[in-house]
Amino acid sequence: MTATTARRLGFRQPSVIPGFGLTLGLTLSWLALIVLIPLAALFLKTTELSFDQFLAVVTSRRALNALKISFGLSLIAAFINLIFGFIVVWALVRYEFPGKRVFDALIDIPFALPTAVAGIALTTLFAENGWLGSLLVPLGIKVSFTPLGILIALVFIGLPFVVRTVQPVLLDLDLELEEAAETLGANRWQVITKVILPVIGPSLLTGFALSFARAVGEYGSVIFIAGNLPNVSEIAPLLIVIRLEEFKYADATAIAVVMLLASFVLLLAINRLQRWSEVRTGRL
Amino acid sequence: MSVAAGTLATRTPSSSQDSRRRIVAEPAPVRWLIVGVALLFLTVFLVVPLVAVFYQAFSRGVWPYLGALTHPDAVAAIKLTLMVAAISVSLNLVFGLIAAWAIAKFEFRGKSVLITLIDLPFSISPVISGLVFVLLFGAQGFFGGYLQEHDVRIIFALPGIVLATVLVTFPFVARELIPLMQQQGTQEEEAAISLGASGLQTFFRVTLPNVKWALLYGVLLCNARAMGEFGAVSVVSGHIRGETNTMPLHIEILYNEYQFMASFAVASLLALLALVTLIAKVVLEKYVGAE
Amino acid sequence: MKRLLTGIIASVTLSVATHAADVTLLNVSYDPTRELYADINKAFAAKYQAETGKSIEIKQSHGGSGRQARSVIDGLPADVVTLALAYDIDEVAQRGALAADWQTKLPQNASPYTSTFVFLVRKGNPKGIKDWDDLAKPGVKVITPNPKTSGGARWNYLGAWGYALKKPGGTEDSAKAFVKAIFANVPVLDTGARGSTVTFVERNVGDVLIAWENEAFLSINEFGKDKFDIVVPSITILAEPPVAVVDKVVDKKGTRAAAEAYLKFIYTKEGQEIAAKNYYRPRDPEVAKKYENVFPKVALFTIDEVFGGWKVAQKKHFADKGVFDEIYSQ
Repeated sequence: MTATTARRLGFRQPSVIPGFGLTLGLTLSWLALIVLIPLAALFLKTTELSFDQFLAVVTSRRALNALKISFGLSLIAAFINLIFGFIVVWALVRYEFPGKRVFDALIDIPFALPTAVAGIALTTLFAENGWLGSLLVPLGIKVSFTPLGILIALVFIGLPFVVRTVQPVLLDLDLELEEAAETLGANRWQVITKVILPVIGPSLLTGFALSFARAVGEYGSVIFIAGNLPNVSEIAPLLIVIRLEEFKYADATAIAVVMLLASFVLLLAINRLQRWSEVRTGRL
Repeated sequence: MSVAAGTLATRTPSSSQDSRRRIVAEPAPVRWLIVGVALLFLTVFLVVPLVAVFYQAFSRGVWPYLGALTHPDAVAAIKLTLMVAAISVSLNLVFGLIAAWAIAKFEFRGKSVLITLIDLPFSISPVISGLVFVLLFGAQGFFGGYLQEHDVRIIFALPGIVLATVLVTFPFVARELIPLMQQQGTQEEEAAISLGASGLQTFFRVTLPNVKWALLYGVLLCNARAMGEFGAVSVVSGHIRGETNTMPLHIEILYNEYQFMASFAVASLLALLALVTLIAKVVLEKYVGAE
Repeated sequence: MKRLLTGIIASVTLSVATHAADVTLLNVSYDPTRELYADINKAFAAKYQAETGKSIEIKQSHGGSGRQARSVIDGLPADVVTLALAYDIDEVAQRGALAADWQTKLPQNASPYTSTFVFLVRKGNPKGIKDWDDLAKPGVKVITPNPKTSGGARWNYLGAWGYALKKPGGTEDSAKAFVKAIFANVPVLDTGARGSTVTFVERNVGDVLIAWENEAFLSINEFGKDKFDIVVPSITILAEPPVAVVDKVVDKKGTRAAAEAYLKFIYTKEGQEIAAKNYYRPRDPEVAKKYENVFPKVALFTIDEVFGGWKVAQKKHFADKGVFDEIYSQ
């Protein structure tokens, strides 16, 4: 393909490498088949509701509470993962300690472990007669069947994200920068806040957003440990399932659409953030 | 650019760099505090749940454990899970390579939207991933009437379970490859083409060897997720024993039948597969580091 | 690509779908009947083989009654449905999979066995729970599944309602307040009967579980008589879990004869014995007499008497913005 035809097509830069049309075509077809058409079905089903009905469904007290619980707890879980994830990354990258490689490998466990298994294991652990639950009960802390239980499950499944997004950036960080700052008289705290955080900040945010996005939709691990009480510990995906079981398909899809749009906006924001950070750190 | 699943793998191999790391700047107590907090956090959230699974699985000894795994329903679930994983992973493998080629080797408009769309399944609630196929292929769904007339079963059968799994694991291979292939640029391919290699030759002799470890890693992650998917599969499975129950569903069933030991036994097998995946990953990283 | 995909899927489906048995039935049932139908299937398969010379395999699918009905509506090819309550089968019938008058096709409202709801309490009954009233008292933790998703929970909700209504001076308003007070005591709302039992028995949550009678017996057998007691309330609801052949599926598969024989088998002496052994109350008077020591005598009211049937009850209590939603939104 010559430069002129490419310019005529107007949407891609010329290249000598073949296969653009074929691979992009296949990519789009496969994407349409597996992702876009099914998701379109979701929107189509929602159109069975009038706009007022749609609003009524998604703004009912129970739906609002479920969304609030899902989004709120996911936000807190992502925040916990942000802080502890950063501590873990720091320990893994900067320090030596026994068993470091093992712990490093274990970080991915929540990613590979089936969510139902995670749910059952966490419930067993944190039940009042479980290993950890029995330690917490005397302190007056109840985990299983409370919003706190949901939070624990969400922290568990979101744990790898902050660690795995920040790790490569922190590894790449040029130590000379820090040393330079220190020779110029900056103390350790200033080095961390003025030199290190600005560089790893975007990746921290990305990890935070990813762990948040993953937590919002989580179902398998949460239903076992949550009390599933409406307005208290009922998550949005469970409400979708409940609406389905009441044979209310359109209502279920309405809640699903809200969640889907939120996810899409979030992902777009993450991609923007990444681009912005790449531009900032001069990697693009 | 490295979002979603991709980020999890694109790690600089750490082994060679560790030795160059300077002695830490923080005072020892701070250092130990940080390591202590990190280890405590990881122990409570990762190690203890994992130990609990195996502890419960072997709570009645080895023979009941093996008995639980060789029960006909368990065997059927294991077989189904392996088959679903094999099909979904190969489909996503092929797609991942094709998509990565299109996205990484060419510059075109709308690329970031395309990437976001590929990422999207990653943040869709698994329940929704199952629901969409019910809406399409269920008896009341958009194609339901046609399918029933022609006696084709999609949901509550293998194809539905595969579709839901493919959707859930959609981004994994592609997102693993795209950042790496973008980073590697197009010079090597351009050189090969200008030396007269065909497109396919270039792909198999130049591109593929360059990304093989990332590809393998993407496949491993994709596989782990495919075998462990619960929410989406639960919606489309129909829960027919010995026929459409995958391992995660079988675990739930056993749990609901008060067969806790057996439930954890099957769970431990899945956890074991996850561990093997992670060990394979560590080995891979060593190889990559050595190269 | 697409052709390749369908090719793979078709070949794999074929290899999965090959069965050894001459006839295969799928029984889509609700949560607590796992053990019951495992026994029934075994006995029926032996009998069927002896009578017809053909082998038969009955596959089971269990889950919350509502979810199971939804699956059948969405095309799960059930030859027979054996659900927790008539309303769920009505929903299936409404979408054309079986005739609207399905409940007249088999004797006794198409319910070959009945059950009721009792209270499972911790050993020695530390909270002194004797009747429905005690469930509404402050400080008592009650475990029940979610009536929106569990058939059993709908029955026990109506049981509590009926009790309050039948009390001297009971009115719709007092019944609503009573049921609301009970649900204010519920710390965990599982989606199915089995989930609730696991929560109560294994997780040690709650003081009392409102359970299917058979679930209560089963829990005691599974987890030991030294851990739990069964408390029978003064009056409770007669639960009639119905069974039906799914016309659309059996006519297509040609399994009508086998499916009908299967359901009729549950009404035979042998079937009734199996039901009784699994702690479902048999309909057959003789079998009932034989097992009368097993089942506590309790005053029972039916849904038709108090609520005017399932359709009315469902619409009033469990539909969107029904009484149950009001209880949780106030």
